[in-house]
Amino acid sequence: MLRHNNAGNRGRDKTAVIELENVAYSYGGGELLTDMTLSVAPGSFHFLTGPSGSGKTTFLKLCYGALQATAGHVRLFERDVRGLGRDDVAILRRKIGVVHQDCQFLDHLPVTENIALPLSVSGQDTSGAGAEANLKELLAWVGLTARGDALPPELSGGERQRAALARAVIMSPDVILADEPTGNIDWEMSQRLLTLLVELNRMGKTILVATHDLGLIRAAKAQVPTRVLRISNRRLQMAGADL
Amino acid sequence: MSLDLRAAAKMLQFDEKADRVVPPTGFTARLTVFSSFAMAFLAVFALALSLAAGRVAERWGDELAQSSTLRISAPAGEGVTQTEAALRVLRTTPGIVDARALTIDEQRALLTPWFGADIPIEDLPLPQLIDITETDEGYDAAGLRLRLAAEAPAAVLDDHARWRRPLIEAASRLRILGWASILLIATASAAMVTLAANAALAANAQVIAVLRLVGAKDTYIARAFVRRFALRSLTGAAFGTLVGIVALVLIPSRGDSAGFLTDLSIQGWGWVWVILIPPLSGLVAFIATRFAARRVLEELA
Repeated sequence: MLRHNNAGNRGRDKTAVIELENVAYSYGGGELLTDMTLSVAPGSFHFLTGPSGSGKTTFLKLCYGALQATAGHVRLFERDVRGLGRDDVAILRRKIGVVHQDCQFLDHLPVTENIALPLSVSGQDTSGAGAEANLKELLAWVGLTARGDALPPELSGGERQRAALARAVIMSPDVILADEPTGNIDWEMSQRLLTLLVELNRMGKTILVATHDLGLIRAAKAQVPTRVLRISNRRLQMAGADL
Repeated sequence: MSLDLRAAAKMLQFDEKADRVVPPTGFTARLTVFSSFAMAFLAVFALALSLAAGRVAERWGDELAQSSTLRISAPAGEGVTQTEAALRVLRTTPGIVDARALTIDEQRALLTPWFGADIPIEDLPLPQLIDITETDEGYDAAGLRLRLAAEAPAAVLDDHARWRRPLIEAASRLRILGWASILLIATASAAMVTLAANAALAANAQVIAVLRLVGAKDTYIARAFVRRFALRSLTGAAFGTLVGIVALVLIPSRGDSAGFLTDLSIQGWGWVWVILIPPLSGLVAFIATRFAARRVLEELA
């Protein structure tokens, strides 16, 4: 069983933001993930590695309730996902920001409206002076001030990733999950994105990044304490310390 | 499907941002508006047909409840005798409330529209008419004819109820057919809106995925589609109803001659039904889209 937080291993952490207990996931008759146990403490920074097709994306989807485990228990903020309805999962998801490699947006809406989408769907004000100021600040933070009125298809890969990150954090979620966030962008842009993730972690956010990019992991380790998990043979393992 | 009124009301609330999350869908939008337009237009005619058939059935029914007529064309000298005999028979016949021989003046009034007021009716060999009022159950016409043949052989019973009854039945069935058509129109509208909503939902699977990713509840996602289709259907049906009314008005007036086809109009309380067509169309679209949205969102979960 893997228990992770910045202070090191403990017993079962009652304040774990994400907790997996003997989780398995099967699809089409085959088991993709098996016997996964993990406790992610608040404020921790985790990387998830593994070969292509090992199930990293599936693992992340289990961590934000997009998929239901076929065995075991997934607890988000101490609530078992299995017993929740879709609306309850939707409310829980507002506490988890997600960034995908193929960031999906509403292509007919400008970047600012896409970034503000989590506020809109949760019924929060997006047109008041305060909300607009926050949005501008967020755009500046991800370096997209000049691209706020652009439509998503007009953005470059790096800009899309940063817009997706801005959208993921606008609700000030407790957890940020990123699935291969640097997969489609160059080294410089990936470093910029990492800087943003590190900043978020220093603000107390829990970060879990699935990536192939060992350089990204090394760069992160140089800035904040991180843990590296690896999916191998459908199981979750601690990766080697040489990373 | 249970209809939670609070959730339904929430879905109809105007929310510009919620409406904007779904991209404009030109084809399904036009399809929904057009089908609602056509269905409302047809509904107006089906309604007019049904209401007109109802009026005809009612009118003929009222006339049925009035009198039958006995005509006595007796040879000279036997008229009074046979009239008195016929009246005796009629007054003792079960199912007849009253039987009364028309006076000369009343017979003159009946002929005035054709021959004028100055007709010398006393000089004409006119038959004596007897007005018969039936009970609701009516009388046995065949038995009465047999008795009259024995007592007043010159009497001819004009039992107009017997030929009007099938017409009333036909009119009643036409009325039922009209309402059945309206029901079919509503069902077909629901089916078309469901198909269009399904197409729109399927075409926007990515939009739904993004909305779910950022924490949107199913109600929020469904609202954008439900409001859109309900409003399109309402708009199309309003235009269809308006054009249907104009088309009804353009049917030539019946003038003095009563005719079923020229009586195809909306009168009195019938207008309430016509006014209800657009909101009912919107309601049908609302229910159909909500059902489709729930099903598709369930499948995409």
